[in-house]
Amino acid sequence: MNMNDAIAVLAALFLAPLIGGLVAGLDRKVTARLQGRYGPPILQPFYDVLKLFGKEKMIVNYWQIVCAYMYLVANILTVVLLALQSDLLLIFFVLAVGGVFLVIGALAAESPYSQIGAQRELIQMLTYEPLLILVFVGIYLETGSFKISEIIATYHEPLLISLPLLFVVMGYALVIKLKKSPFDIATSHHAHQEIVKGVLTEYSGPYLGIIEISHWFETVFLLGLCALFWHTSFLWMAVLVVATYFGEVLVDNVCARLTWRWMLPHAWTGGLIMSFANYFWIFEKIK
Amino acid sequence: MKRLINTSRVKSPWLIHFDCGSCNGCDIEVLACLTPVYDIERFGILNVGNPKHADILVVTGTVNHRNKKALKNVYDQMPEPKVVVAVGACGTTGGIFREAYNVVGGVDKIIPVDAYVSGCAAKPEAIIDGVVIALGKLAEKGKKVDQGIFERLENTQNFIKSR
Ligand code: SF4
Repeated sequence: MNMNDAIAVLAALFLAPLIGGLVAGLDRKVTARLQGRYGPPILQPFYDVLKLFGKEKMIVNYWQIVCAYMYLVANILTVVLLALQSDLLLIFFVLAVGGVFLVIGALAAESPYSQIGAQRELIQMLTYEPLLILVFVGIYLETGSFKISEIIATYHEPLLISLPLLFVVMGYALVIKLKKSPFDIATSHHAHQEIVKGVLTEYSGPYLGIIEISHWFETVFLLGLCALFWHTSFLWMAVLVVATYFGEVLVDNVCARLTWRWMLPHAWTGGLIMSFANYFWIFEKIK
Repeated sequence: MKRLINTSRVKSPWLIHFDCGSCNGCDIEVLACLTPVYDIERFGILNVGNPKHADILVVTGTVNHRNKKALKNVYDQMPEPKVVVAVGACGTTGGIFREAYNVVGGVDKIIPVDAYVSGCAAKPEAIIDGVVIALGKLAEKGKKVDQGIFERLENTQNFIKSR
């Protein structure tokens, strides 16, 4: 491991939660403004997590502790792997492992809310994982590599230009993964919903804090994936990431929650059609 | 670090609203606090639906023999530190339903209450005031809880030393 890698890992470990927390705070502020409210301070997510760490530990099943920590570790690992410019497929599998542990933790408790939430979370994973794979395959077809470091070294124009439709597909996956409306079926960040907090119902106190921090890592990771679509210029990368996240918040606020029966077929058909259209485009170009 | 956690407690109180046989007048006022006019999220207050995530229990309405168990149950599910705010004439004393045969009385008959908000129905401003008073108590309780942890650690240390 050389010096650069070490710096990347350290940045991923310490900078990512800070950025993630700030993004979450901005998210809440923008959401409040869109709803005509003043909104909480930007640092609110940090207060929330610190408070959660100060609460009494209350668990239903010891597996919840294991699962909360595994979820955190998996999410940290995705960010670290991204910072090390590792293999996209490897990152994808680590991401999936994290998601599965969150679900297992929710299933370990006998509350109907967390059970239903866990089932829905599984369906959500079923929806976004194929989409993400399609996006990664598209990147491979275009650049000839799954490895981020090779993509950056050998490919010298923004991926967005040749993969615009796949970027939209990723936006779909992002909404689901970030648990935003209209796909906040398993759990929701705002107020309550019909299944209380879904998967997160039975996590409480410090363990909810851990999951919150994992979610910050997750946000950073997903924004990092966005950044990959314009890796040539730093300025445009930032613009793309900010625009994408603002788009997500906007969609979150203008949409009502949908059911999984709507989500699954629409995300799949839309995603499949757009991805294959984009694949054909790539093949035409190669010819 | 302890100080940081304690300030965070005051800055991020999540409240759960429990309707304990209210006439819904007070409930509407509690929900009014969330609207753009009052916007309690400014203070980091979130209305959560889950007692396991909550710090403040806001109870409206009288307690009767049927729902006192539910109230106790919700209270017991909240992790420490926690505070209770009783809202409205009914929540504090039993109000106009006090004499009814099925009514136990105010919320404090069943669980310890930290702040009382009067009014029928209580004004949103008054409810926010009540929550702020409760926050002061929450900070105090938080200190005690931390003390508890450290005292417990001390006991363990002494125990190990004495072995
Ligand atoms: S205090 Fe008044 S408004 Fe509130 S629940 Fe009682 S009767 Fe209804």
